[in-house]
Amino acid sequence: MATGIRDKVAVIGMGCTKFGERWNDGAEELMVEAFQECMEDAGIEKKEIQAAWLGSCFDEVNIGKSALPASMALRLPNISVTRVENYCASGTEAFRGAVYAVASGAYDIALAIGVEKLKDIGYGGLPEFSSAMGTLNQLWMANMTAPGGFAMLATGYAAKYGLDINEVKRAMAHVSVKSHANGAMNPKAHLRRAVTEEQVLNAPQIAYPLGLFDCCGVSDGSACAIVTTPDIAKGLGKKDFVSVKALQLSLSNGTELAYEWDGAHFVTTTKASAAAYEEAGITNPREEISMMEVHDCFSITELVTMEDLHISERGQAPKDIMDGFYDMTGGVPCQVDGGLKCFGHPIGASGLRMLYEMYLQLHGRAGDRQLQNPKFGLTHNLGGFPFMNVCSVAIIGKNGA
Amino acid sequence: MVGITSYGGYIPRYRLSRMVIVQNMAWYFPVIMAVAGGEKAVANWDEDSVSMAVSAAYDCMTGKDRKGLDGLYFASTTMPFADRLNAGIVATALNMREEDVTNADFSSCMKAGTTAAISALGAIEAGTKNNVLVVASDQRRTKMATMFEMFFGDGAAAVLFGKDDVIAEFKGSYSVNCDFIDHYKGYGKEFDYGWEERWVRDIGYGKIIPEAIAGFLAKTGTAIGDFDKVIYPCYFGGTHRGIAKKLGIEKENAQNNLHAVCGDTGAAHPMVMLVAALEEAKPGDKLLVAGFGQGCDVLSFEVTDKINDLKERRGVKGSLANRVELSSYQKFSKFRNLITADLGIRGEANPNTALTVLWRKRKMMFGLVGAKCKKCGTPQFPAQPICVNPDCWTVNEFEDYEFSDKEAKILMFTGDMLSASVDPPAIYGLIGFDGGGRTMLDFTDCELNQVKVGMKSRMSFRKRYSDGMRGFTGYFWKAVPQIEGGDA
Repeated sequence: MATGIRDKVAVIGMGCTKFGERWNDGAEELMVEAFQECMEDAGIEKKEIQAAWLGSCFDEVNIGKSALPASMALRLPNISVTRVENYCASGTEAFRGAVYAVASGAYDIALAIGVEKLKDIGYGGLPEFSSAMGTLNQLWMANMTAPGGFAMLATGYAAKYGLDINEVKRAMAHVSVKSHANGAMNPKAHLRRAVTEEQVLNAPQIAYPLGLFDCCGVSDGSACAIVTTPDIAKGLGKKDFVSVKALQLSLSNGTELAYEWDGAHFVTTTKASAAAYEEAGITNPREEISMMEVHDCFSITELVTMEDLHISERGQAPKDIMDGFYDMTGGVPCQVDGGLKCFGHPIGASGLRMLYEMYLQLHGRAGDRQLQNPKFGLTHNLGGFPFMNVCSVAIIGKNGA
Repeated sequence: MVGITSYGGYIPRYRLSRMVIVQNMAWYFPVIMAVAGGEKAVANWDEDSVSMAVSAAYDCMTGKDRKGLDGLYFASTTMPFADRLNAGIVATALNMREEDVTNADFSSCMKAGTTAAISALGAIEAGTKNNVLVVASDQRRTKMATMFEMFFGDGAAAVLFGKDDVIAEFKGSYSVNCDFIDHYKGYGKEFDYGWEERWVRDIGYGKIIPEAIAGFLAKTGTAIGDFDKVIYPCYFGGTHRGIAKKLGIEKENAQNNLHAVCGDTGAAHPMVMLVAALEEAKPGDKLLVAGFGQGCDVLSFEVTDKINDLKERRGVKGSLANRVELSSYQKFSKFRNLITADLGIRGEANPNTALTVLWRKRKMMFGLVGAKCKKCGTPQFPAQPICVNPDCWTVNEFEDYEFSDKEAKILMFTGDMLSASVDPPAIYGLIGFDGGGRTMLDFTDCELNQVKVGMKSRMSFRKRYSDGMRGFTGYFWKAVPQIEGGDA
């Protein structure tokens, strides 16, 4: 009988670069920058790392295939390194690989690193993916981009709850205003300027009904984590360390796209979050989750996700959002570090960047953004499209919490 | 009895007023002012001769069994492939039988449509075929500020020939073939090259058509007065009238050349005009139809009572009624790729088409054929080895299920300014088919502000991409929101 991952693995070090348009740096520089911070934090030597996982998504316009780019850049001591790719969950997948490796007893200490160098493609937005979606899909799938794919969710949500699209847009605007306010407090964030609801609503349209400020930043960056067993963490003299409470993944199987779906929620997030709460022993997430970093690739994604995480009731996310429930001072602060919206979204690094913020908060090292005595931090990634996606949910907290 | 058993038409929805061309280009070639009246039908950016042929063919097959077709003859001078059976693309889109059928392209001549019809009728008369679908379609690119630009429109027509339930009995044909070159298009050339109009009018249309019709009358022992409609293409209005005068055709008996509302649709035009005539025909009417180009084909038909039993269809009339003005000459020029606009680096992606995949998935890609689970009855697209219904998940127990003729409701949508598109925003969304099944498709023939969740949509076969590097054109189906048919 599976017992889950709760408290079986400790996170003893993390690092994260500043995200942004890092014109002067390649993936190698970014990885080394995150790795150095992480190693210093962990207080171990490189030779103690026994295995590593690398997360990256658009390898064809980025680092290329295999895990060699990480092994070479970090000069890892000829250990096993595995590259994982699972859309926007790639960073969390790298973490999952390292965590499971330690939990299995195969290794004592493992590294998870995520990186994405997106700003070498020559145009805005995510890389065009017609040649990365498979030889059959490229022949027939709609001429979609990421913003368009998620924008549809807003029309689906409005239709389901009988809302005027402008009501939904106002709540979406608040999502972005909140994230900009938080990002402004974060020196490592890509976008650090606060914006007003008016600015958000009047921005140029990217994909109906999403405007420019409904879309997250496209950034370069890297983040990483060192994990080990709680016993080794204690042996290393770590007190009050952070441990993994839950790690869940859920993938679409075609039902939403080709069978049945209301077009107003994420089937995968609904399932992965419920499984994560059970794994972490959380019965009332609205009360027990202290803070979250969710996949706000677009404002509407965050809005809908609040319901899929079982924190807002179905149809109530706009109200909770407008009430400030997810603001820094609200019941469950969300996107404390600015989120994908403002911290930025180098895909392979994002899952680890989210964990990094939760980790800083749990250690009381989040500076101006520090929340009071957080217990559980939840992170969430959503890769692909609303009707066909990969969702990861992780929960970390103080060991023993 | 051998003859026409069904017909269909397709005229694209965009109409370009000739005055718009004049306003934009008369500074360059003022002569075009002489024909500034009326409008021409313009294919959308994602249409070509093949896609329009598919639309006309589906219209023609309304209420008919597509599996019963023994052959498909495609007539066009603007086929996308020089070597690859273009008729085969249309046939696969119709999900026709692949065994015991003969499909063929009839090309490189304006009378290709009528010649295909004569061949089809010959095969049926000989008893080697029972049902042959002839589809004619043309989408001719023209240089800016030319008479061709003024005269040519885009369109397609389909006529089904057979033995059962004949709506217009075939009464004979007569052809003249001669190498009269009013215009030509050499291999690898983008545009038609024409000779002096006065000669084309007087010695071409004005002489060859009357002589061919006279030849037909003499051969069959009929008189021009026997015919209720005489159908012949000629985009020169004066010459069109002159031919009638020469032959003694009363004004009301000469079929309108559609210059005012559609323009000349090339190899499709005799068929387009024939379909327009059939739409107005009564039992007992006698029709004479001529196709012109390096000679002239003449065919005659007599309409039967069965025409009253024909199921309702869009036809040429319905297509002409579905009309949206294209007021921007620049947009028209871009749609025809006459001007260069930047698509951005995002638009440069040009993945190769895996022909192996296209072969395996031809039913899906061209016919929009999905699957219906034999266990739970769920229609699904695309077909996969395991049923999509989570309460079923039965493996490999399916029958083919066609979505191409199903209506669908829009469930969610967007208009995407980031997508590389010739006509931004790229509109697409999730649609749910009546009777079950859903999928994500590009939308076309609509404006973003008209689209609503809950709106009805119909399927349309369109050009999906043009691989200029390799010369390949890819097709797939798109959803056309029925702007007036929504319930939202």
